[in-house]
Amino acid sequence: MRTRLAYIGAFTALAVLTIAVARPSGGSVSGKVTYEGTPAKQKPIDMSKEPSCAKQYSTPPTTETVVTGPGNTLENVIVYISAGAPDESSAPAQAVKFDQKGCRYIPHVLALHVNQPLEVVNDDQTSHNIHPLAKVNHEWNKSQPPGAPPIVEKFEKPEFIPVKCNVHPWMHGTFAVLKTSHYGISHDGGAFTLPNLPTGKYTITAWHEAYGEQNQDVTISGNETKTVNFVFKAKPY
Amino acid sequence: MMTMANKLSVILVAILAVPSFAIGQQAESHAAKFNGHEGAGKQLYYRYCWGCHGFRGDGNGENAPYLNPLPRNFVAATFKCRSTPTGTLPTDQDLYNAINRGFNTTNMPSWITLTDQNRTDLISFIKTFSPRWKNEKPGDVINIPPESKLTVESIKHGQEVFQKLECWKCHGQEGRGDGPSASTLTDSNDQPIRPYNFSVGSRFKCGVTNQDLYKIFMTGLDGTPMPSFADTMKPEDAWDLVHFLRTLQVYLKTPELALWQTTKEGAEQIAARRVSGTATGSGIKQ
Repeated sequence: MRTRLAYIGAFTALAVLTIAVARPSGGSVSGKVTYEGTPAKQKPIDMSKEPSCAKQYSTPPTTETVVTGPGNTLENVIVYISAGAPDESSAPAQAVKFDQKGCRYIPHVLALHVNQPLEVVNDDQTSHNIHPLAKVNHEWNKSQPPGAPPIVEKFEKPEFIPVKCNVHPWMHGTFAVLKTSHYGISHDGGAFTLPNLPTGKYTITAWHEAYGEQNQDVTISGNETKTVNFVFKAKPY
Repeated sequence: MMTMANKLSVILVAILAVPSFAIGQQAESHAAKFNGHEGAGKQLYYRYCWGCHGFRGDGNGENAPYLNPLPRNFVAATFKCRSTPTGTLPTDQDLYNAINRGFNTTNMPSWITLTDQNRTDLISFIKTFSPRWKNEKPGDVINIPPESKLTVESIKHGQEVFQKLECWKCHGQEGRGDGPSASTLTDSNDQPIRPYNFSVGSRFKCGVTNQDLYKIFMTGLDGTPMPSFADTMKPEDAWDLVHFLRTLQVYLKTPELALWQTTKEGAEQIAARRVSGTATGSGIKQ
């Protein structure tokens, strides 16, 4: 009886401990990305050489190098923890999806963890070739005709890799291979959130395709939410 | 007090010592039954190769600004002609073949004038420029099944594959390297690069045989816009495509072209693709 009680007690203690450890701690960082100055005007893309894509748009889509929102907000900025991240060695098994649709990349910038599977899908009625121009990782180049199965690949080292389709020269994007899964990409209104941060000191980096990167240090304790804003200098060319 | 001769010899030793990188272990390479040695390869590299490929093997040699495409950067360890899948290192034999063959339409000549041993030694040394060779093994050599029988049907089916996979987007409908995307292509050095023009010449960048042609599109030419079709093309389709591509080489006597010529459709295509008459047009029959 006593042993049984002791066992039950031990298990309960273990269970409580596991829950306490597994439960994401509540600290988080959120903020907004804005720009000052005049950003370059985005040009309409001429897709006339690819009618199957061109007909999907009533007005020609524009390039996505600089995507802005109301109130000088900046989209497609990858905000991530560049130092102090608690999950540097564990890659999520869940694949990140990268879609080719209407001869554009969705998303335009994609972030993923080192060794996390990347799933490339072709939703178009034309062949694409996926060509990540990696310098630190391996450069590869694969064709994906319409209806072909997804291409699943991994990157072993952290790197910001420009990716392009040689057949459709306007298609280019970025794979941000990071040593962390704590990242956010600024969307409508330039907002981002990095949730589930344990107590600690972090370096937050914001990266933009055309405007470079910025760092800010932040210390999180307990369940607090810190606000970190980034302002990029926009160039008109 | 140093004598003049002593002083000179010290300077000489210092100069000679500059290219010797601290390499603990001597790398070896094995191709065509030869064992290559890094030390011997280094001597050869700094005699024959560094003018273009550079002191550090980064493709930034003295002659590089005058060359198009730029010399291979051995530090990046990205190679066009491989028997291994895209994104992987080539085998020693692939590099050996490249040195033997040279690269058609580039400034890289065939180094057949060096001995087999010399060329194998060079491979050992070239592999010291990138740490990839220490941390990784070459990819698994792709399997090339025996060539399927050459028939009119296989050529016709190859033509369908050519359309379906949109090879013409870059290479052009007649294989002249003038497809709609051709003018926009750049290589990994951001330099303009032309798609292969099938209608002239007999040699491809990575060889002359049907097997070489099969390998080119099943491995891709890394560092160029040419992708790998290994994931999407069945081997039998690939062989049919090889048969069709041969008929685009309208001035090269091949069994494929001869067979295609015997059909009505083929004869018309070939006649249309051949340039007849003179540059001034005076020889064209009306």
